[in-house]
Amino acid sequence: MSDEKDILILAIESSCDETAAAVVKNGRTVLSNVISSQIELHKLYGGVVPEIASRKHIEKINQVIGEALSDAGVTLDDLDAVGVTYGPGLVGALLVGVAEAKAISWAKKLPLVGVHHIEGHVSANYIENPDLEPPFLCLIVSGGHTHLVIVKDYGEFEILGKTRDDAAGEAFDKVARAIGLGYPGGPKIDKLSREGNPDAIPFPKAKLEDGPYDFSFSGVKSAVLNHINRCRMQGEPICEADIAASFQKSVVETLVEKAVAAAKAYGMDRLAIAGGVASNSTLRQAMERACEAEHIRFYHPSPIFCTDNAAMIGVAAYYEYRKGTRHGLDLNAVPNLKLGER
Amino acid sequence: MKLLGLDSSGLVASAAIVEDDTLLAEYTVNYKKTHSQTLLPMLDAIAGMTELDLDTIDAIAVAAGPGSFTGLRIGSATAKGLGLALNKPLVAVPTVDALAYNLYDVPGLICPLMDARRNQVYTGLYEFRDHKMATVAPQMAVGVEAIVEQINSLGREVIYLGDGVAVYREQLEQLTKVPFSFAPLHLNRQRAGAVAALGAVYYARGQVETAAEHRPEYLRMSQAERERAEREAKKNHGDH
Repeated sequence: MSDEKDILILAIESSCDETAAAVVKNGRTVLSNVISSQIELHKLYGGVVPEIASRKHIEKINQVIGEALSDAGVTLDDLDAVGVTYGPGLVGALLVGVAEAKAISWAKKLPLVGVHHIEGHVSANYIENPDLEPPFLCLIVSGGHTHLVIVKDYGEFEILGKTRDDAAGEAFDKVARAIGLGYPGGPKIDKLSREGNPDAIPFPKAKLEDGPYDFSFSGVKSAVLNHINRCRMQGEPICEADIAASFQKSVVETLVEKAVAAAKAYGMDRLAIAGGVASNSTLRQAMERACEAEHIRFYHPSPIFCTDNAAMIGVAAYYEYRKGTRHGLDLNAVPNLKLGER
Repeated sequence: MKLLGLDSSGLVASAAIVEDDTLLAEYTVNYKKTHSQTLLPMLDAIAGMTELDLDTIDAIAVAAGPGSFTGLRIGSATAKGLGLALNKPLVAVPTVDALAYNLYDVPGLICPLMDARRNQVYTGLYEFRDHKMATVAPQMAVGVEAIVEQINSLGREVIYLGDGVAVYREQLEQLTKVPFSFAPLHLNRQRAGAVAALGAVYYARGQVETAAEHRPEYLRMSQAERERAEREAKKNHGDH
C-alpha cells in the first residue's frame, strides 16, 4: 500500500440547497470539506425553492471550490480526478455542479467521475470508520430518500426496501410545519421531542404485508394532522412537544424495527445509517440499543457528514474511480437517477 | 488576443474561439438536445480542430443573460469552471447586446427579441454610430407591444432578430409603423462568435470580472421571490 501513489479527488455537490466541495485522499481521508448552506434563505419560503437554490449555487460555487482546495493545501494540478453529484436531486441545482465539474475536468485534463448522491451518503460512513468495508446493511434516511439496502461492494447495492410515499425527512418537515416549527423540520422536531412524552399519542406504524422492508410515512403524517384537527375542533389544547415526541417515536421505531429485522434476515452483522435524518439523536440511540441487543455492529457518520456534503461524494468517487467509472463531457444531470445506475 | 465564446442562453448552443481579427472556429447548434450535453463537447471539438492550447487564451466570454435560467447557468457554470481551472478572467456579455452585434453596422435601429414566455420578450434597442454599437434602450423584459411602441415613437427604420420573431411575427407586422425587416437566418440567432467578438471589445476596455464573482443577469426574479414580493406588497397595502 505504501508504495502506491496517493489518489486525490476534488468533489462537488450541488443537488439541493448546499453548495459543497471537498478534497479527499485515497477515499478515506478528508483533506477539506466546505459547505455553503442556503437554509436561511429557504426558510423564508418554508422549504427549498429550486430556482433560488440554483441561483445561489452559481454565485457560490467557485468560492467554495477555491476554499476546498486551499483548506486541503493542494492545487488543481495535484488532483487525480474530479467527482460530482449528477443525481438524484433538483435538476437546475445539479446542473451547476455538473457543468462546473465538467469544465474543470476538461480544462485540466482530469478524469470525471459522476456520483450518485445516495451512494455518497452511504459512503459517508467510510470516513470515520476505517474498518468498515462492504458487505453491510445500510439505512438511508433523508428529506428525499428512505432506502434499506445491502451494500454488496463499493457502489453495488441490493435494494431491500424503500418508501412508497413520503421520505422520512419529508414527513418530519411536514409535521414540523403543521405544528408551527418551520423548516427544516428534522432538527426542530428532534429538539422539541426532548420536552415531550413519546407515549402521549399512539400514532400508527405502517405495516406493509407485501413488502416487509418497504416504508410508508404518509399514514403517520395524516394521523398527526387529524390529531391536530380533532383537538382544534374539540377545543382541546395542542401539546406540540408531545406530538413531536410521539410522531418521532413512531417513525424511529419503524426504521429501527425494519432495519434490524433485515439485518437478521440477511445475516448482516454490521448496520450503518446515512442521510440527513441519520443525525437525529433519537434514531441514533434507538438504533444503537437495538443493534447492541442483537450483536450487530452499528455505524453512523458524524452529523457534518450526514447532511449534504461533498466529502462523501469524494469518497464514493474514489471507489468508482478505482473501478474505472469515467464520465464524458456530455454528462448530464439526472434528477431521478436510480441507485446503482451508471 | 484570444478568447473563448459561449452562449447557451436560448435554444441555440454555441461555442467559439476568436484570435485578434479571426474567428478561428464556431460551432452552433439549434436543435432540441439539452445544452448540458452539447456545449462542452462542442467546445472540445473546435478546440481539438484548432489545436488550441488552453493556456494561451486571455479570457472566456459568456452570454450572461437574460435567457432561459437553466441555459444561462449551464453557460455560466462552464465559463466559471474554465476560469477557475485556467485562472483566466470572464467577460460577461449581455445576451441581447450580443444578438444585436450580429448585425454590425446595419443602418437604423436593431431590435433583438428573445421569447421570454409569460407574454414577454427579452429585448433592447441598439444602433451603430461610427462603426461602434451604441445602446438606445438597454436590455429588458417587456411585452412586445411596449418595445414596438418605443420603436414607433422613435420613428426610425428597424430590423428585428431573435427567436422572439417567430413567436410574435404577426404582431410585429401589424404594430410596427416604421419601415422594418427581419434578419436572415444566418444572423438571427445567438452566436458565440458574436459573444466572443463583443467580448473582445469589452476585454480591451478592461471590462472583465473574476470567474468567482461572475453570475448571470436574469432580468427577472424567480417565481417564488416574485410571489412573495407581491404578498408582501399586498400586506403592506392592507396595513395602510
